[in-house]
Amino acid sequence: MTEETRAIQVQQEQRPAVRETRSRRVFAPAVDIVETNDDILVLADMPGVRQDDLEVVLEKNVLTIRGTVQLPAMQDYDLEYAEYEGGDYERVFTLADDIDREKIEAEMKHGVLHLRLPKAGPARIRRIPVKTG
Amino acid sequence: MLEPLFPWREMRRMEREMDRMQREMERMFDTFFPRRRRWMEVEFPPLNIWTNNDQAIVTAELPGINPEELELSVNNDTLILRGKRLVNHLPEGARYQRRERFQGEFARSLQLPFAIDADKVEAHYENGVLTITLPRAEADKPKRIAVHAAESNGKEG
Repeated sequence: MTEETRAIQVQQEQRPAVRETRSRRVFAPAVDIVETNDDILVLADMPGVRQDDLEVVLEKNVLTIRGTVQLPAMQDYDLEYAEYEGGDYERVFTLADDIDREKIEAEMKHGVLHLRLPKAGPARIRRIPVKTG
Repeated sequence: MLEPLFPWREMRRMEREMDRMQREMERMFDTFFPRRRRWMEVEFPPLNIWTNNDQAIVTAELPGINPEELELSVNNDTLILRGKRLVNHLPEGARYQRRERFQGEFARSLQLPFAIDADKVEAHYENGVLTITLPRAEADKPKRIAVHAAESNGKEG
């Protein structure tokens, strides 16, 4: 464990909050962000999103995660009581470190996005391969 | 005007209508004052209840749990949902930069509008959404009473 306190990777974010798109709402998912020496790990709660309905875009240092939800068809039922509303998810982050975009891994597991962003360049301790003669 | 046959049913219908109007109002309100953090609003997990005359469907947004550790029980008209979402084990040298997701144990109890046939309850977990189908107990269902026509009515007198 390093003693120094590193600059916070997620400097700012544009929180989309709640927004209407094609008569479907868009929510900001709850996230945990963990930093290790080599990676930034993002866990996001996106229940109802399948792997195929997930979109992760890294443009320069702006990371966007997006998920669309197939809402259940409940034609023959009345909504008796509601604590949540179905909708899509979107959240945007600005990253401080350079990311090795070739090695980004994104996987949905039980409605949770597991996103691994490996650090690149000076953000990471460079390992120099030693050639044998 | 005809008196409603089941006054409580009429009341439920009115309640539902009120709920619907309230949700509509909240929806309008939200477009002007967006809810910033939806996940802080309600207890974990948030639930929806759908009903018709024969059964209720409860859906819960429960991402990232082990469904085998989920405990579901039904007693008459009450559903109890218990479980836990474990703390992430961080690798050596890792630090949280942000921590918003629910962690820990949860228990929710809800009363449904009718008694449930506990033996026929089914639960299904997919993509982090739990769907519980709760059939209404036979004894609780309103009975349809057949009206038999008298023989003499069959022919025109």
